[in-house]
Amino acid sequence: MLHELSALETRDKIAAGDITAVQAAAAAFDRIRSLEPKLHCYNSLLEEKAMDSAAAIDRLRAAGKPLGLLAGVPIALKDNLCTTFGATTCSSRMLKDFRAPYNATVIEKLSAAGAVFLGKTNLDEFAMGSSTENSAFGPTRNPWNTDRVPGGSSGGSAAATAARLCAASLGSDTGGSIRQPASLCGIVGLKPTYGLVSRYGLVAFASSLDQIGPMTRTVSDAALLLQVLAGHDPLDSTSWPAEPQNYLDGLEKPLESVRIGLPEEFFGSGTDRQVLAAVNAAIEFYKSQGAEIVPVKLPHTKYGIAAYYVIAPAEASSNLARYDGVHYGHRTASAGDIYELYAASRAEGFGPEVQRRIMLGTYALSSGYYDAYYVRALKIRTLIKRDFDDAFKQCDFIACPTSPTTAFEIGSKSGDPLQMYLCDVFTVTCNIAGIPGMNIPCGFSSDRLPIGLQLFGPVFSEARMLRLARQYEKHHPWHTQTPPV
Amino acid sequence: MHPGTQGGGVTAQPAYKVIIGMEVHVQLATVSKMFTGAANGFGGAPNAQVDPVILGLPGVLPVINRRAVEMAMMVGLALNCDIARHTKWDRKSYYYPDLPKNYQISQYDQPLCGAGELQLPLPDGRMKTVRIRRAHLEEDAGKLLHESGAAESLVDLNRAGTPLLEIVTEPDLASPEEARLFGEELRRICRYLGVSEGIMQQGHMRFEPNINLHIYPEGSPEGRVVRTPITEIKNLNSFRAVERACGYEIQRQLADWIADPNAAAGGGKSTRGWDDDEGVTLLQREKEEAHDYRYFPDPDLVPLHVGEQWVAELRQGQPELPIARRRRYEAMGLSVKEAASITEEKPIADLFDRAVALGGPVRRVTNLILGSGAKLANERAARESRVYLASDLAVTPAQYAALGRMVEDGVISASAAATVFDHLAENPDADPLAAAKELGLIQVRDAGQTELWVRQAIESNPQAVTDYKHNPKKKQASLGFLRGAVMKASGGKADPRLVGELLEKILNTAE
Repeated sequence: MLHELSALETRDKIAAGDITAVQAAAAAFDRIRSLEPKLHCYNSLLEEKAMDSAAAIDRLRAAGKPLGLLAGVPIALKDNLCTTFGATTCSSRMLKDFRAPYNATVIEKLSAAGAVFLGKTNLDEFAMGSSTENSAFGPTRNPWNTDRVPGGSSGGSAAATAARLCAASLGSDTGGSIRQPASLCGIVGLKPTYGLVSRYGLVAFASSLDQIGPMTRTVSDAALLLQVLAGHDPLDSTSWPAEPQNYLDGLEKPLESVRIGLPEEFFGSGTDRQVLAAVNAAIEFYKSQGAEIVPVKLPHTKYGIAAYYVIAPAEASSNLARYDGVHYGHRTASAGDIYELYAASRAEGFGPEVQRRIMLGTYALSSGYYDAYYVRALKIRTLIKRDFDDAFKQCDFIACPTSPTTAFEIGSKSGDPLQMYLCDVFTVTCNIAGIPGMNIPCGFSSDRLPIGLQLFGPVFSEARMLRLARQYEKHHPWHTQTPPV
Repeated sequence: MHPGTQGGGVTAQPAYKVIIGMEVHVQLATVSKMFTGAANGFGGAPNAQVDPVILGLPGVLPVINRRAVEMAMMVGLALNCDIARHTKWDRKSYYYPDLPKNYQISQYDQPLCGAGELQLPLPDGRMKTVRIRRAHLEEDAGKLLHESGAAESLVDLNRAGTPLLEIVTEPDLASPEEARLFGEELRRICRYLGVSEGIMQQGHMRFEPNINLHIYPEGSPEGRVVRTPITEIKNLNSFRAVERACGYEIQRQLADWIADPNAAAGGGKSTRGWDDDEGVTLLQREKEEAHDYRYFPDPDLVPLHVGEQWVAELRQGQPELPIARRRRYEAMGLSVKEAASITEEKPIADLFDRAVALGGPVRRVTNLILGSGAKLANERAARESRVYLASDLAVTPAQYAALGRMVEDGVISASAAATVFDHLAENPDADPLAAAKELGLIQVRDAGQTELWVRQAIESNPQAVTDYKHNPKKKQASLGFLRGAVMKASGGKADPRLVGELLEKILNTAE
């Protein structure tokens, strides 16, 4: 079955002439047609454009022209990445009909590499959420159990990738939005080092935390996509002008004498016992392979959620100020003066969680509260960075659970924002510190829900982190299991 | 200090001192905008000079314009400011339809340029030090167009994102005139540096004076001091408006205090607008309505580190500034007024320097530029209704130098030089000496010929001769008149020195 092929396999088979890009794309759309009504992974499909791109790849190959790294690979895009094709909605009424006049840098890079875009995937509105229930267009369902959430905010990409509705996808991660849904859907999700991938064209949520990254079924696919996505972009001042690395070479070679740190703060009593058991088993595997396991301390982890929910909303309150009903996006039908226009357009255009975070952030930046909230959160940020710096003096990577629980039931937390915020407890410090983190599947619970292992590394350690992940995956092919949907 | 009427009746104006600080916005004449590659320039069809960054579309990011930073530092160096080694960018939040992101990227607590000073020459020849508090970079907003009768306003974002340098002074200006002079000197500096054309009508520079009075009810600063509430006058875009608005505001604050000495004392800062037609300021906003701008560091931009070498290179490349040139010209023998006139526009000062460097005598070149050059340029300016400087004429520095030397050497007279000058302006490649010959203006130094012209003039003007001989009051004037008559008779060719000698000799001997 073509839809079972990984991105790498799809590309290689197309290049070898075993299959055509058109066949691969058609297989993806067949699969989408049969499962999308049950899952709602996509906000919009780009079938016509995808079939045209696939045909163009096949023509290139027929003409003997060189093919890109992702030639013919069917890929899904989180709907907060600006594309000149289709709408870019951020799953918000505010941008329901917004069509960007430009492509995000990552879109340009994927296009140049020959990727075939299937559609734009569902997310929590403006990437704010951990369940994809905050979408203005309805929730996405977890393919392992459709009563469960897929996680969020990149839930559409995670569910589509897990359910084989694409070969691979892009997500964005501000506080765990790639890794947590990857964990809950049983796929690989990588949040790169802050600055490794250009943010130009990613609709901003919290600029100092946002990163785009690959969501794939295999570690090799994550390396393949990262190879295309990474690199300096003059349009993004925060992108890092580093020498390009090769993430694919040596991927199969296990790391020698690796030290893996276990932070006690991530193995406390709040975590599901089955999750802990699966994560510990993965750590035992590494130990059996010769890794040195060292206890490390990340003492300021307990302030991570508090700091995150000041910094991210503060930036969001400013980033989302532009959606005011004046220049583009939703505009209220009835408004007396300009201030009524602002207020009504925003009240109608934004959902409750987005409004909540705008208010939180506006408050935190207000005169008289700035020092008590924003400045203190920045101090915690410094301490959390220092925690990781200290830990990485004792170990090469850190291993821990990605999510304290497996996928929870739709509706079970949507009424309690604080419970929802705690879903991010293991993922936010990675964004706060700007370091890379990834989720790899490490087993299933007794009720057949995926469990994820999270790895953290020092900045720009993605190449070695991918090798470490691949070492585990080679002996634990959880990704070969297809969701029962 | 304005002494006012001391010890008079209740209506007398008290003694007071004027306190003015200035905020100036200078648009920097960069090729592209502050944070994106869209073209930076005035005019064009509405919303033609925009791109996704200017429109504030979802997902766009700002990138610092290096040239704007350099231009800001050039102004900072010219004002002797401390140039920050580390600076950052902050977002200033407020909702307005001409601001697409609803925040302005600015610099809050770490301006690119710190404390400095401007040496301001006053008309009486004194120098005044105006302290600069800071100067920082930010982006300009767009414009709203309110068409009369229309239900909606229109937005033009061409100006949005233009690099702005905001310069803030300490409250060192003591009169409306000083406020105006400061503005004019700052404009001159910016034009010398080439960071702005300083075209006021196009909003290249906008002034916001902050003004209040220290009133001395007991007649002197040693007694009680009442400080009137500070007002900020927004968005003045002419020097005349700066002077008039400050003048109005002084009288208004004074009248307020006289009307109610208790109400006018103390209180917060208010914002006023200037109605140029009515010549009055109008209240716009009281302090209680002040915005909370929720400044915070822009996470889309990285802090800027300014290396020593970068500053050194800019310092190296700084042109000589107007005040330094004025002093140099004064040392060369120009009067204060002449030096000020020549340095008013950099191209003219450059013309002067080049003409002198090519051997033009300082006195003659000065007279040619401020005389013939200015006269002809003014005529053309009036005829063509545009700015026209002497440096815009076709006359080259070499021609100025040659012409000046010809006058100095007595080859032609000063009045003949003016004729040759006009000829050169019309005939760009002409040689000054050849032109003088062609026009028959080469000075005649033959004593016999000159004496003929002198006698001719004496015969034709008996009344002047009589006055010279018998009316001591009119003696000098008559001599001058006769000298003019000789020159006229000679068609400007006579040597004035020889004419003077012969004229006096003949008048004093012939009875």
